[in-house]
Amino acid sequence: MAEQVWSQLSPEEKSERRWASFLEPGLEFASPEAGSEYRARAARLKKAMLLEGEADRVPVCALAGYYPGTRKGLTPYQVTQDYALAAEAWHEANHYLQADSMLAPVFAAIPGRAFEILDVKILSWPGHGVPKESGFQYNEKEWMLAEEYDLLIDDPTDFLLHVYLPRVAGGMEGFSRLASPLDMVEIVGGPPWMMRWADPAVQASIEKLTAAGRECQAWGGAMYPLLGRLVAEGFPGPFQFMSLAPFDFIGDTLRGTRGVLMDMFRQPAVLLEACDRIVPLVVKWVTRTANPQSPPLVFMPLHKGADGFMSVEQFQKFYWPSLLKVINGLVADGFVPYLFAEGAYGTRLETIAESPVGRAVWHFDHTDMQRAKEVLGGISCIQGNVPLPLLQLGAVDEVKTYCRDLIDTVAPGGGFILDVGAVVDEAKDENMRAMVEVAKEYGAY
Amino acid sequence: MHELVQAMADMKEEEALKMVEELLAQGEDPKKILDLSSEAMQVVGERYQEGTYFLPELIMSGEMLRKTGEILKPLLASQTDETKKLGTVVLGTVRGDIHDIGKDIVGFMLEVNGFEVIDLGIDQPEAAFVEAVKNNTPQVLALSGFLSVAFDSMKSTIEEVEKAGLRTGELKIIIGGGQMDDTVRKYTGADAYGDDAMAAVAFAKEAVGVK
Repeated sequence: MAEQVWSQLSPEEKSERRWASFLEPGLEFASPEAGSEYRARAARLKKAMLLEGEADRVPVCALAGYYPGTRKGLTPYQVTQDYALAAEAWHEANHYLQADSMLAPVFAAIPGRAFEILDVKILSWPGHGVPKESGFQYNEKEWMLAEEYDLLIDDPTDFLLHVYLPRVAGGMEGFSRLASPLDMVEIVGGPPWMMRWADPAVQASIEKLTAAGRECQAWGGAMYPLLGRLVAEGFPGPFQFMSLAPFDFIGDTLRGTRGVLMDMFRQPAVLLEACDRIVPLVVKWVTRTANPQSPPLVFMPLHKGADGFMSVEQFQKFYWPSLLKVINGLVADGFVPYLFAEGAYGTRLETIAESPVGRAVWHFDHTDMQRAKEVLGGISCIQGNVPLPLLQLGAVDEVKTYCRDLIDTVAPGGGFILDVGAVVDEAKDENMRAMVEVAKEYGAY
Repeated sequence: MHELVQAMADMKEEEALKMVEELLAQGEDPKKILDLSSEAMQVVGERYQEGTYFLPELIMSGEMLRKTGEILKPLLASQTDETKKLGTVVLGTVRGDIHDIGKDIVGFMLEVNGFEVIDLGIDQPEAAFVEAVKNNTPQVLALSGFLSVAFDSMKSTIEEVEKAGLRTGELKIIIGGGQMDDTVRKYTGADAYGDDAMAAVAFAKEAVGVK
């Protein structure tokens, strides 16, 4: 019944509901101070993100990778093996930094042993394929072959479950023996389909996946309570979901960079058809699991559309149209896509100015923020872009100067959130704190 | 412009490969065909430098060159590459980092600009760079890295090269990739950092005294 009501709401009303739940999360705060700190932070973020003018001051966030661990001398290996240790480190980092949104561990302190059990090949993680001091990195390869687009387009789930997953993880190889459940529609024709499940290779994969699932439960048991605890202690967690640009969905882990870029010449029509096919998939990936209380932001890391990866014309043909459809699809359900434009987006600004007004946040790294403000001002909130090398190697004064200049340049009128340029794995504590302090002291409107 | 050069430079892969086969069938010297392919790569490099071509064209060109090479290689076995090189560059992604695309573009652009490139690959320990510098006496050592973990690997690699007594006035060191900037350059002790492949080419040319 509640769902029916939800579906009848306009995008505007859905957005209002989501933000209302975000502003008042309906849990017991750890203290009255934590409650008022939470509300002030959430309101500040909302004002900037939805372009509702100037808040009390410039909000400040910190897109963190392994930094909460490394600041305590913990290697990425340690925080991907010892979940309780990781949770403690992230908890402490949030209290140390006092930023306006939560530093969450879920995309950094991943469960290493689960990947180990599944013999995952597409990823190298700390201590497995990369040193214990390095974060996880992807192993690029044509995990989906050039001639397999049809399989993906016809039946994405069948393809992912029975072709792709067996390829990217040794522990899931057995699933290549399974077939689409079409045989089960007229149920009496089902015995050959059911027989496949008794295959020893399938059984072995089921056991591996079960064991990996148990490992992830242990991980979740340490991580998820932390998220709730941090909210109760005053740190808003605006993300719960992620989505992808369809071109990256295909290019990142299916075709690989080389594969997808060659497809632009060899089979452009098929590539574009696949991008369009992915659009509803990556929208519903979020909207199907969301409920009206789900936090409003959807994290969207963007990769292969950056400056240098392709020309403006190629961006406008291959990357942007399907991404814009995803953005609009998420906005229609009351979400705000948070587009993390890694690398530089200088030549893309005029194109991405087609983003729905006040309904998307663009996080920039090497993009010229002044130009970004000129082009996107009144269209999208912009976030960023304190350089990682400055935070890791620079001095406090240099960080402060950079942040002050940035605030002078792009903060007037609101619609700006001070943040690091890209995901922080290592940084000097005092530099991170300096960034936060500048927002609090110098960033007052 | 020869039609093969044109086809390759315009990303017409099928057409280009068909032409290679036809030229061979007509009795054309395989070495000549290979030279035409190199000429096409030069054109691609120029268009990249001008800003009309980007990563997709470089990847596609590399692929066409690889395929042409596969066809021609058996026929060229006895011939050696006599082209005079401008100089030698040792290139690789440093320890702890497995990113290769940036490094590969730099390698491609250096090659089309006349350099001998010794590409060590990804996740290379300090010792591998020291060994390669010792064995090849390059004018340029180019270290690639995408992640911040690479800052320390670059620093220690340069230190090891120095300790081995290989950082003479003849060797210039450049870093590039992802987050590399002047702050990182100072930290690592490199001579320069590059924002893109063109910066690496300009740096290498200066190192060998070519304009």
